[in-house]
Amino acid sequence: MALSGIEIFKLLPKTNCGDCGVPTCLAFAMSIAAGRAGLDKCPHLSSEARSRLEEASAPPIRPVTIGTGERSVKTGGETVMFRHEKRFENPPPLAFMISDTMNETKIRQQFELFGSLRYERAGNSLKAEMLALKYESGQADKYLSLIENAINNTDAAFILVCSEPAVLEKALEASASLRPLIYAATRDNSGEMVDIARKYNCPLAIKAQNLDELSELAETITASGFKDLVLDSGAQTIKQAFFDQVAIRRSALNKKYRSFGFPTIVFPGEMTKDPLKETVYASILIAKYAGLVVLGKILPETIFPLLVERMNIFTDPQRPLATKEGIYEINGPDENSPVLLTSNFSLTYFLLTGEIESSRVPSYLLVKDTEGLSIMTAWAAGKFSADNISQFIKKCGIEDKITHRKLIIPGYVDFESAGLEEELEGWEILIGPREAAHLPAYLKNWG
Amino acid sequence: MPFEIPGVKYNGKISQAELGTGRQAVQVGGQDCFTFHQFEGSAPNLPKIAMEVYDCPPEGWPEAAKAPFEDVLDDPAGWARKCVSEYGAEMVCLQLASTDPNGLDRSAEDAARVVREVTEAVDVPVIIWGTANQEKDAQVLEAIANTCPGKRLTIGPVEEKNYKTIAAAAKENGHLLIASSPIDINLAKQLNILLANAGTEANDILIDPTVSSIGYGIEYCYSVMERIRIAALTQQDDKLQMPIICNVAREAWKTKEAKIPASDAPELGDTEKRGILLEAVSAMVLLLAGGDIIVMRHPRAIGLVREIIGELAG
Repeated sequence: MALSGIEIFKLLPKTNCGDCGVPTCLAFAMSIAAGRAGLDKCPHLSSEARSRLEEASAPPIRPVTIGTGERSVKTGGETVMFRHEKRFENPPPLAFMISDTMNETKIRQQFELFGSLRYERAGNSLKAEMLALKYESGQADKYLSLIENAINNTDAAFILVCSEPAVLEKALEASASLRPLIYAATRDNSGEMVDIARKYNCPLAIKAQNLDELSELAETITASGFKDLVLDSGAQTIKQAFFDQVAIRRSALNKKYRSFGFPTIVFPGEMTKDPLKETVYASILIAKYAGLVVLGKILPETIFPLLVERMNIFTDPQRPLATKEGIYEINGPDENSPVLLTSNFSLTYFLLTGEIESSRVPSYLLVKDTEGLSIMTAWAAGKFSADNISQFIKKCGIEDKITHRKLIIPGYVDFESAGLEEELEGWEILIGPREAAHLPAYLKNWG
Repeated sequence: MPFEIPGVKYNGKISQAELGTGRQAVQVGGQDCFTFHQFEGSAPNLPKIAMEVYDCPPEGWPEAAKAPFEDVLDDPAGWARKCVSEYGAEMVCLQLASTDPNGLDRSAEDAARVVREVTEAVDVPVIIWGTANQEKDAQVLEAIANTCPGKRLTIGPVEEKNYKTIAAAAKENGHLLIASSPIDINLAKQLNILLANAGTEANDILIDPTVSSIGYGIEYCYSVMERIRIAALTQQDDKLQMPIICNVAREAWKTKEAKIPASDAPELGDTEKRGILLEAVSAMVLLLAGGDIIVMRHPRAIGLVREIIGELAG
């Protein structure tokens, strides 16, 4: 995939003209290889060299953007099979299918429900981002009114599920500025569909019956120069879908197989009628390589588990989830309630809030910013010691909320208690348990 | 030219462990490829689900989790029997919650008696899970190992600080061990080395990587499990080639989102289905990462996951 500096250098003009802002072509090549400079800085590159370099430096799975502005979502761009090898880049957008055969009231309800399913978690806002609008009625005006309705009443990015070129063109006249994903080109209509996608500058999904057909179709279309593709292998069962996803990802990454170097789209709702089963299918495909997941029905109890799963799997292993610094009130505390201190490592925060909630003891949890590090790691890095903890306690505002001055610190940093009593005049420092699981018992005996 | 999937260079195999005895004994592990990758390897045993049984009436469970067991919540033997006869459990996992020194603090003898009752009530393999209080577990698990010789119970969690006494008692009485370490591949390996030195056979060990549920840091154990499996199957690391067990039901059901009623949080939807899915999706994610035994609670969640295991492996 990525070329070395020397390989890039061979394709440059080698004039050392300096127009790119770097004194020599070799230095420029090194900058490109290191990702510090882009090809477009060189005004003298031959078009042949440019296309060879672009081809060689393209990511193994093309990132594809659907939608524009606030409505835009990005998929693809993945570089590893396993998240610990580096990280997964773009969480697969989740879409719900809405058909133009639904009546107006039902559609309106679905849009409202779609808009209401938003969740805040560890500083992330979680939601399903997309709607797949399906042409099923056979009446173009119904489809157009669904699209117009969706544009006016939702903030979604769209998939236009419509394979009739005439209807699709009308739909795109109304929506192309929002860059919907067109679904789908097949072996029978690909020429026409590619022309339409090109004319309206929208990404295009291609659908085949199996991987062989998919690879042929993708090859034909990419050979014509159209690159904003999304792949549907046409799997009808979860077993086939799982195999196809692994096969496509591996081919793109390990074999640099260009025809499969695109994000994929899956429809778990078409593999089962049971919404619970559909959800578990979707969870498999989120972890194992789907680029877009289209769900059949909007149900809050099914979307929430998928959103948190997706957030977890797509968290950068090198940058742990961090909770916002501040005072968290649990079980409705008052001025006499206990005050506990912890780091802003999200896992610690979630564990503690769970245990405090289950204790039913009204409490304040003070979360100090430790850049997402856990208690002991933060302590070792000098981000959780008497001097900076005391500054945080003074400025966080807890002193205005309570009348006592007792602070429960994590058992693992008991050795900071003397330092803290020195820095925090008037405060009594109490040593809490080492394990979150022992907090309920500790809190019940507090005070 | 027909498309061919690029292969993975596997060179290792997961050890095969036999839990329980007689006709109801269950084999786990034995595969030489990633989970659900039978298209490029062999997997003689499908991943298994162990159904939870508690040794005392559980506290803080949402209604949805309690309802299927309402009539047996204070009867561990009856609970185990119900899991097998009504819900088709292939194995049960007895959670020794009552031995927690911060809770009821029941004695090792009490625990051993309950274990005997449960093993007499069902023929399927029984997994025994302590409270992860290392001193207490050492007493309790040792007593249990001694009380049921030859039953091939699976006993844990065994940790670096308490493995010696438990491992000796387990070996003498023919039981398996759950080697538990805190979400870290090196610590998992270290403990397996210690157990090997103490004379525990590789196929008497299951790895417990310490798991959490979706929304609560499942990504950590997910990646540790994937790394353990990659080391076992592609790097010939024989100290990590054991089946993996995931005690995840309690993690999923103790979360705020599994408990809060739909009336208080309409955006989270139906309480029961939500709880079932939090458990089922957590279980599925851990299966994908390499889980060989998943400890589960709700019959509907179990039914879903069991069906899908069959579909993916079938």
